[in-house]
Amino acid sequence: MKTAVKLFAVLIPATFVVVFFVYPVINVLSTGLAGDGLGSLVDLFESSRERRVMWFTVWQAVASTALTLLVALPAAALVAGLSERRRRIARALVTVPFVLPTVVVAGAFEGVFQRFGLVSGTVRVHHTVWAILLAHVFFNYAVVVRTVGIHWAGLDGRLEEQARLLGAGRWRTFTEVTLPRLRPAIASAASIVFLFSFTSFGVILILGGPGRSTIETDIYRFAVTRGDLTTAASLAVVQIVAVLALISLTTRLERHRPVATRQPRQASLAVGRAWRWANVSLMLLLLGTPVAVLVERSLAVGEGYSLRHYGALVHRTRQLPVPALVAVRNSLVFAVVATALAVVVGGLASLVVVHGRRALSRVFDLGLTLPLGTSAVTIGFGILITLDEPPLDLRTSWMIIPIAHALIGVPFVVRTMVPVLRGIDNSLREVAAVLGAAPSRVRREIDLPIGSRGLVVGAGFAFAVSIGEFGATSFLPRHSDSITAPIALFRLLATPGQLLQGQAMALAVVLMVVVALAVVAIESVRGTADGGL
Amino acid sequence: MRRPTALGMAAVIGLALLTTACGSEQASGPERIEGTTLTLLTHDSFALSDSTLQAFTAQTGVKVEILESGDAGTLVSQSILSAGNPLGDVMFGIDNTFLQRGLDAELFEVYASDGLSDVPDSFRLDPLNRVTPIDFGDVCINYWTDALESGPPTALSDLTKSEFADQLVVENPETSSPGFAFLLATIATFDDWEGFWADLRANGVSVASGWEDAYYGQFISGGGDRPLVVSYASSPPAEVFYSDPPVDVAPTGVIDESCFRQIEFAGILAGTSNRLAAEALIDFMLTPVFQNDIPLSMFVFPVIDSAILPPLFSDNVTVVDDPLTLDPADIEAGRDGWTAQWVEIMFG
Repeated sequence: MKTAVKLFAVLIPATFVVVFFVYPVINVLSTGLAGDGLGSLVDLFESSRERRVMWFTVWQAVASTALTLLVALPAAALVAGLSERRRRIARALVTVPFVLPTVVVAGAFEGVFQRFGLVSGTVRVHHTVWAILLAHVFFNYAVVVRTVGIHWAGLDGRLEEQARLLGAGRWRTFTEVTLPRLRPAIASAASIVFLFSFTSFGVILILGGPGRSTIETDIYRFAVTRGDLTTAASLAVVQIVAVLALISLTTRLERHRPVATRQPRQASLAVGRAWRWANVSLMLLLLGTPVAVLVERSLAVGEGYSLRHYGALVHRTRQLPVPALVAVRNSLVFAVVATALAVVVGGLASLVVVHGRRALSRVFDLGLTLPLGTSAVTIGFGILITLDEPPLDLRTSWMIIPIAHALIGVPFVVRTMVPVLRGIDNSLREVAAVLGAAPSRVRREIDLPIGSRGLVVGAGFAFAVSIGEFGATSFLPRHSDSITAPIALFRLLATPGQLLQGQAMALAVVLMVVVALAVVAIESVRGTADGGL
Repeated sequence: MRRPTALGMAAVIGLALLTTACGSEQASGPERIEGTTLTLLTHDSFALSDSTLQAFTAQTGVKVEILESGDAGTLVSQSILSAGNPLGDVMFGIDNTFLQRGLDAELFEVYASDGLSDVPDSFRLDPLNRVTPIDFGDVCINYWTDALESGPPTALSDLTKSEFADQLVVENPETSSPGFAFLLATIATFDDWEGFWADLRANGVSVASGWEDAYYGQFISGGGDRPLVVSYASSPPAEVFYSDPPVDVAPTGVIDESCFRQIEFAGILAGTSNRLAAEALIDFMLTPVFQNDIPLSMFVFPVIDSAILPPLFSDNVTVVDDPLTLDPADIEAGRDGWTAQWVEIMFG
C-alpha cells in the first residue's frame, strides 16, 4: 500500500473509535469510579449474588454460542451449496430476525410455548434458561450462516475430492479437510455470537423470566433503577475486561492458518438428502414460527383478517410523534448513514488487521470489536457526558444515532472481512505476479473482488443491526420527530388496546420486509461491481 | 384524531440544522423571549396533539424542541450525569418515585408558577417549588371482567385467597415502574408487607419483567390466561379507545383499593440559559389547553381542578379519592432495601 493510503487506513478507523467509543467510555467509567471505585470492584467479587451473575453471564453466552454453531453450521453448508442467486436470497432471509425487537419476538415465542404446552408441566421452556438459549439461536443464526457461509462458498472443493479419492470417509473429510479451513470464519462468527449473548438485555429479562440477571441487566439496574453509578461502572469494567479476554482468544484462533480461497463456486458438498431436509425443516421451524405468528397477528382485525393495521401506519396515532411510516423512513436514513460509516471504518480497519504490523493489528482487532461487547448504558451515558462541548457537541445531534449504530456495525464488517482477506491464497497472488501482472492489477483482480465479497456481507449486517437497534438508541436523547421504528414499535405496545397492538405487529412485519429487500439490494451491488460472480 | 403531520415529514437534515441553532440561540434580553427555542427533555411516553405546542408558540413566539430518551429513571440518571451542562431547558416526566433523587442532585431551579393556585395541595410534593406537578396516574390492579364469575377482589388482602390462586401477574419492581409502584402500594397498605408477598408467592403470582410482557404476554387482554394484572387506572379507557372491534364499555375494570398514585412533574433544569421562556412553558403546562390534551394523549390525568375530562375517561374510570401514597424521601431511602427484600422473598 502507498504510504498515504496506509496512513488513512490507520487514522480514519482509529479516530472514529477513539472519539466515539474509547474516550467516552473511559470518561464515564472514571466518573462512575471516582469515589470509591476500587472498593466497589472488590465488593462486587465479594458479593455471592454478583459472582453468580457473572458466572451465569459467561455460561449462558458460551452455551448460546455452542448451540448456535451446532444449529447454524449445517445451514451455512447448505447455503454455500446453493447457486449465487439463491444464496443471496437465503442470506437476506436469515437476516430478518435481526431487526425484530425482543419484546415482539418474546411475545411470539410465548405464543408458541402456550400452543405446545411448554409453559408448565414436565417439559417447560417458558421462563427457563432454555428460552434464553432458544432466543439467542434465533437472533444469531444469521451471524453464523452469513459469516461462515460466505467463506465456505469460497473453499476449493478439489481438496475434498482428493481426500475422498484417497479413501477418506465423509465425516473424516469434513473434520480433517473442510473444518480446519473454516476455522477462522467459525471463530469469527462465534466471537460475535458470544458478544451478542454476553450483552443480551431484553431476551434475558423477558424470556428468562424474573430473578435472572446478567452483567448487562445489572448495569442497567444499578445505573438507572438504583442510581448507583459506582457499582454500575464497576460492573461495566468487569464486562469490558471479560470481553477483551475473549476477543484476544478468538483472534488467535482466527489467525491460525491461511487457507486457500478462490472465486465462489457451488461448493461440492456431499450432504445427504435426509440431513439436508432435516436441517431445512429445523430452520423453518426455528426462524419461521415466530415470524408466522407476527404476520398472523398483524393481519388479525376484529373477527377476521385485513390489511387495516398496515393502512394505519400512514396516519399518526396519538401515541407517536409522527406516523409510524415516518419512523420507518427515519430508520432507513439512519441505517444508510450507519452502514456507510461502518463500511468505511470497518473496511479500512480490516486492511490494517490483515496487513498491518502485528501489534497494530491486535489493537485494531480488539478496539473495533469491543463496542459490540459493551453495555448500551455505558456507550449511551459515555457519549452523553463526553461529546457535550463544541467542537463536538453531538449529544443532541441526529448524527449521534447512526454513529452509535455504526459502532455496533463495524465489528460485523471487520469480522466478515478479516477471514476473507486472510483467506486469499498468497499463491494466487504469486501466480498472477509470475505471469506478469503488476501489483495494482493483482489487487484489482484478486484482492478486490474477493474482499468485496466480505465487505457487502458485512455491510448487510451493519444495515440490519442499525435498523433493529433498540438499546443504545433508547439511551441517547433523540428529537421526537427523528424517532426510529423500533422505538415507535415499543411505544405502540406501551398502551393497552387491540388497535395499537395490531399496528405494532404490522410495523414489525414492514421492518422485516424492508431489511430483507435492503440486504438483497446491498449484496447485489457487488454482483454488478465484480461481474456478477 | 388522526391526521398525517406535514411537520413530521421534515427531513432529518433539517433537524441537524435546528439542533445547531438550538445550541447557540439565547434570549437577547430579560423581557424578550420571542424567537427563543426551548428544549424540553422528556421520556419515551411523552405525547401531545400537534396543536397544543403550536398554541404555545403562537402565544409566546417560543419554539419547543422535544428531546426524548428511555424512561423516567433513564431521564433522571442522564440529567444527573450532565448536571451543569443540561441537555435541555425544561424536564418533563420525573415522577414521585424518582423525585427525591432529582432534588438531591439539585437538578432544578425554583419556580412557582401562578397556575399552581389551580392545583390541589395533594399534588404539590415539593414545598420549595423546584418541580411543578403536571399530571398524575394511578397504578392499580386491573381485572378482565368476564373471567371472574364471582366478582373481582375488592382489597389487596383478597389476592392471597385461594379463589384468586394463579390469577395475578405483576411486574418486577427492579425493572418496571408500575411494578415498583405496586410494591409501594403493598408497603403503604401492610405493616407486614413481606408476609403479604410471601403469601402471594404461595398463591401462584406470576412476575413479568415489564408492563408489556405482563399485559400483552400474560393478561387475558393480550391472549394470556391471567385475569388480574398490575396496570393503570387509565387502562380501561385505552381498551375502549383502541378497541377492535369497537366497544363502548371497557372489558376491564380497576380495583380501587389497590391504587398507588404516580405524579409526574416538570422542572426548569439548573443551568438553562432560557430561564424566562422556560417559565413560560411551565406556566403553559398548567393551562387548560395543555391539561385537557393530557388524558387522550398520554392516558394520565390532568392536575388542575378546572380541566375537563373527555367522556371516554369520565365514563370508564373513576379517580380514586384516597389513593395509596408514600413520601418521596421515604421512597428514595427505602428503594434499594425494599427491592432487595422483595427479590429475596420472591426468588429466595
